[in-house]
Amino acid sequence: MDKIGIYAVPFVIVFIVVFGAVKRVDLFECFREGAKDGITSLISVAPSLIGLVIAVNMLSASGFFDIMCSLLSPVCNAVGIPPEILPLGLIRPVSGSGSFAVLSSILETYGPDSVIGRIASVMAGSTETTFYAIAVYYGAAGIKKSGYTVPAALIADFSSMLISVLTVRYI
Amino acid sequence: MLGYIWLFMIIASVVCSIINGKMDILAEAVTGGADKAIQLLISMAGVMCLWTGIMRIAEKSGITRGIAAALSPVLKRLMPDYSPESEAMQAVSANITANILGLGNAATPSGIRAMKEMQSGNRLGDRPNASMIMFVVINTASVQIIPATAAALRQAAGSSDPYSILPYVWISSVLALVAGIFAVKLFGRLRRGKNG
Repeated sequence: MDKIGIYAVPFVIVFIVVFGAVKRVDLFECFREGAKDGITSLISVAPSLIGLVIAVNMLSASGFFDIMCSLLSPVCNAVGIPPEILPLGLIRPVSGSGSFAVLSSILETYGPDSVIGRIASVMAGSTETTFYAIAVYYGAAGIKKSGYTVPAALIADFSSMLISVLTVRYI
Repeated sequence: MLGYIWLFMIIASVVCSIINGKMDILAEAVTGGADKAIQLLISMAGVMCLWTGIMRIAEKSGITRGIAAALSPVLKRLMPDYSPESEAMQAVSANITANILGLGNAATPSGIRAMKEMQSGNRLGDRPNASMIMFVVINTASVQIIPATAAALRQAAGSSDPYSILPYVWISSVLALVAGIFAVKLFGRLRRGKNG
């Protein structure tokens, strides 16, 4: 399974570049524009990332995550979710930069190639910042009541948490 | 919202360090964290820019149109309140395609346009109709070919294979999306049952 991911990267790059060449796109100019966008969005997340990495670093140093893990491990074990990834599960729907900060702290503590690190990476990669998306889209359209949007979206988020654990452990 | 979470994080860390007797480490963590954030940004930047650059080529060369065409029959079934030729559905498919390719900057404007177009055909006033809810829920489950941010963070943390998680991300994001779609359908049916 891991090999698929590793081969997918060069495959995707070659496919896109060759397709672009066939369609006579100005390849390098496009790449430059896109990469510049990448820099711009990194700079725009920098201030919130600094604030949140400091806070997550403080939580981690204070032993907050250890206390939280030991308190919640009975519940987590019953559901089958490692308590170490719970902080990520809690912040993922609320804040994008916050989940960057928490994921990076988990990867640093447990190692990016450990089971915990891999589950956390998969989880972070497979959901979006739910409440942010709801706020931006409904806000723009002038929708005031969200109906059953929030419960449905949270079901999707919770499923992705469970499925991340299952895929990493059993596939 | 984020302000309160931040406040909670800071107060919780001070309280926990007092309980655990780790006040000295906490002081270090504050300055260390600021430093770490910048190091993180720098070590992520290369990988992030690689993918935004590559995906821009995909966008310009019309791969996006191919994906949009492939998605159109599925989207028609999921959002039956709007015809596939409508402005609303054009924007919806542009938004979903941008998300699949990880073009965050292109996704938000087309998503907002989609929502506004859908709202103009919405007979429920300030309440979203079933198709609008479906669109938002699809948006919150992020199905993407290359989860660049997660890969960049893994790279920054010194992973031996930052991209080994790709197939797992594909499977779990697609299954989470399916769960979200079922949830929307189920709640929609319950709501209709209650009203009728």
